[in-house]
Amino acid sequence: MSSVKRIVLDVLKPHQPNALAFASAIADQNSGCRVTVTVTGVDEKTESTLVVVESEDIIYESIVDTISSLGGSVHSVDEVEVSSSL
Amino acid sequence: MIERLRLLLELTRAHSIARRYFVTNGFDGALTMLGLNMGFYSSGGVETGVVIHACLGAAIALGTSGVASAYVSESAEREKDLKELEQAVASDLANTAHGEAARWVPFFIAAVNGLAPFLMALIIIVPLWMSEAGIGLPIGPLQLSIVVAFVLVFLLGIFLGSVSGRFWLWSGLRTLVIAIVTAALILMVGG
Repeated sequence: MSSVKRIVLDVLKPHQPNALAFASAIADQNSGCRVTVTVTGVDEKTESTLVVVESEDIIYESIVDTISSLGGSVHSVDEVEVSSSL
Repeated sequence: MIERLRLLLELTRAHSIARRYFVTNGFDGALTMLGLNMGFYSSGGVETGVVIHACLGAAIALGTSGVASAYVSESAEREKDLKELEQAVASDLANTAHGEAARWVPFFIAAVNGLAPFLMALIIIVPLWMSEAGIGLPIGPLQLSIVVAFVLVFLLGIFLGSVSGRFWLWSGLRTLVIAIVTAALILMVGG
């Protein structure tokens, strides 16, 4: 059985909530995870971000649901780290 | 519930709008009551019960007008903002926090806009009610109502001062001068 340890997502989101509130909301909804949000581009109403989530067992759907509920959309999954248990 | 409301207000940056509405319409409420009471005072010989009914009528009208006007304008603004944001992110945001904010924030702002003048008016009427209830007052009920109106206007000025970072006394005195000028104009017109 494999589990996702790290995932990097390319996310387009509105300016609000800002990166801090956005990262906190993802961390709050997915306990035990570490979230890093890097703003890579800023437009008039949106910003492009790289969202890095690290945890023992990431539930991808839950992360995407939280991002969507805040008005963001996942453009691509840029990097994934998966490990299998013995 | 409060956390959710805080998030929705943050998303729409509605804090400052609500604060502006609170001060603007609160000021409206206080000055309207001041005007009414000054009018009754200068005409003289009006029964307290009549003054209470007139003030209460004005308070209700200010409250409903505040709720209705803010709701209509804010919901239109929020709808417009949401559509623009949907175009920018190229997705439907109806079921997101932004969609929720567009639906609920107008209610919150409308409540602030309506309650501010209504509560101001009710506080100003309190001495009139106390007089009607037979509670002894140090000065006449109308005069005390007018004093309460001046105090509320002064406090609104202090609140504005705390928002802008200006010296509180100067800010309070500035709004108080506006109320004094209003009262003087009413006295001049009323003879």
